Amino acid sequence: MVIGGITPEAFAFGLFTILTLGGALGVALNRNLVRGAVWLIVSLFGMAGLFVLLSAPFLAAVQVLVYIGAIGILITFAVMLTRSMTNLRERFTNQWWMSAIVAGLFFLFLLLGVVAPVWGSLSPDQAPAIVGTTEQLGVSFVDGNQFVLPFEVVSLLLTAAIIGAIVIARHQEEEE
Amino acid sequence: MDCINNLSLCLRHSGVDAGLAEFVSIFLGVVLVATFPLLVTILLIWVERKFAARIQDRIGPNRVGPFGLLQPLADVVKLLTKENITPTGADRPIYNLAPPFMVAAVLLIWAVIPLSPIHYGVDLEIGALYFVAVASIGTLSVLMAGWASNNKYALLGAFRVVALLISYEVPLALALIVPVMLANSMSMVGITEAQWGMWFVFMAPIAAFLFFIGSQAETGRAPFDLIEAESELTAGFNTEYSGMKFAMFFAGEFMHVFTNGVLMAVLFTGGWIGPFVGELPLIGLVWLMAKASVWYIIALWVRNTLPRLRIDQVMLFNWQFLVPLSIVNLLVTAFLLQVIKMAGLTPADPGNFVQNIPQTLVLLVGNLVEFGGVLIMLRNRGRRERIADAAKGLSAPVHAVGD
Amino acid sequence: MVPLWMYLAVGAALFCIGAYTVLSRKNAIAILMGIELMLNAVNLNLVGFWRYQAPENMSGQAFAAFVLVIAAAEAAVGLAIIIAVYRSRRSVVVEDVDLLRW
Repeated sequence: MVIGGITPEAFAFGLFTILTLGGALGVALNRNLVRGAVWLIVSLFGMAGLFVLLSAPFLAAVQVLVYIGAIGILITFAVMLTRSMTNLRERFTNQWWMSAIVAGLFFLFLLLGVVAPVWGSLSPDQAPAIVGTTEQLGVSFVDGNQFVLPFEVVSLLLTAAIIGAIVIARHQEEEE
Repeated sequence: MDCINNLSLCLRHSGVDAGLAEFVSIFLGVVLVATFPLLVTILLIWVERKFAARIQDRIGPNRVGPFGLLQPLADVVKLLTKENITPTGADRPIYNLAPPFMVAAVLLIWAVIPLSPIHYGVDLEIGALYFVAVASIGTLSVLMAGWASNNKYALLGAFRVVALLISYEVPLALALIVPVMLANSMSMVGITEAQWGMWFVFMAPIAAFLFFIGSQAETGRAPFDLIEAESELTAGFNTEYSGMKFAMFFAGEFMHVFTNGVLMAVLFTGGWIGPFVGELPLIGLVWLMAKASVWYIIALWVRNTLPRLRIDQVMLFNWQFLVPLSIVNLLVTAFLLQVIKMAGLTPADPGNFVQNIPQTLVLLVGNLVEFGGVLIMLRNRGRRERIADAAKGLSAPVHAVGD
Repeated sequence: MVPLWMYLAVGAALFCIGAYTVLSRKNAIAILMGIELMLNAVNLNLVGFWRYQAPENMSGQAFAAFVLVIAAAEAAVGLAIIIAVYRSRRSVVVEDVDLLRW
């Protein structure tokens, strides 16, 4: 199925790329932090679309769930709670132009490695047709030979992070 | 989706370019799936108003059309002609984006719901997870609306909604895992088809109960309507919205309630499964809607019967009752499923009613034991509270849940 | 099909925008957002390589899922710290939090 020489996949890729990078630029440049948070969500949503294109639907759904449903809202909350909106000062540090140069140079460096085969060429442009399924992903998390240990460690980390976050956020409250 | 493929074929035969034919047929399918719930909503407004009126011993809408059936259309015309107000100091793009997000969050759920054996938007292998993910967009919409309105009541209302929605997503998601485990599949189609032999509501009544409460809270309906407690917050996060933008929030809420009924039907009472589905697939849609309507009516009944809870009561109820119960329920179900597997009670043919009975009995007894344990714990707790109150010399204790 | 290098280029661009955000913004929450962007760029690379190099082996997706978990933990703890700092110093500008600096 080709419409006007552009495959739907390429079209979707372009759309999601624009969403991802446009959202990221919004985060980087917007003075208004709540809008920045909304841009972040746009960017992460585009990323979820890219995951779908890469045939990783599980990650796409988790991306929407965790980033948009949890982290995006958490960040918006934090912006409001810390009144970042009401005491706007200069949004950039004094060396912002230096950061821009560093980031730009780094991007060119990465692009060189990605586009031109300087450090050995990349894999073929065609992706293999056989793709692991979500079921296999689930099995790999609990398989003794694969990722059961990292999985448990990460669960522990998450628990510790939750408890830590509650303790940090609540401790000050009692002192006041 | 079968009919879509046929439409595409039909268009191609009549000389349309192959790519275009596919695009048109997919586009029409999307439009169909998206429009259907919106049309149902128009009728639901009438059902809801009539039902609420009967419960409150009123007649309800009866002027426009026979039995007031055309009342929703009159409402729509009224809302369309209202002025669209944007408050001063509102964050315009976010303010305007929030209402469509609300509708989209609900409409997107319909993409994975199997309407009949051959009619569904898309059969995602992660359908259940997709539902949870998409539902979180509604939370975002509320926060955007509350913040962008530049109104303290709206913002306070939005904070409350977000706290409520995020909290109740926990038991909702944990309850959702139970049918996924029973069906061995996250796909909505798979979950429906796994219920040929026995509805999951008999195997996991507690999960159904938890899911129902969680979804009721997600819609922000009574007893969880503290988000629009008129006496405290004027109208909650949508205070500053008027005209069609308000109508979108309104439609989103109505649609959400019915969508929850549909989800209950798909996850726990067999979706489109019913007599004659094999011969005439479209009748599955009728069964689905009938089952969904039953759940929907129960939701309305709850809404119109119970009083509003306070925010602390709602939170305590969630974190001290629903979340522990849903975790225990998950563990019990997983354990029982292993026991069933070891005892060899797993039905050889999952579609056979008789072969499903032993498995169902084990799970049902497990759920009943669990429920009994919960009741005993609640009773002991209540007794301790009464004793403590008596010690304090209160004759008629007035209590929040779980205080 | 879209070739792999395009995904990698998007990942690189995203990483650099995130890095720029981290380096140039003053507000701690904005810095945290930049870190999230960088983590996402890493994820895109992981999944991209997984899809084009070894799609039958789930390690790429599994790692991406771990990165997601870390990102969630990081956001929770980071925001808790930011709020705690805000309570004691009435500011979320990183330059104002200089008690240990001399």
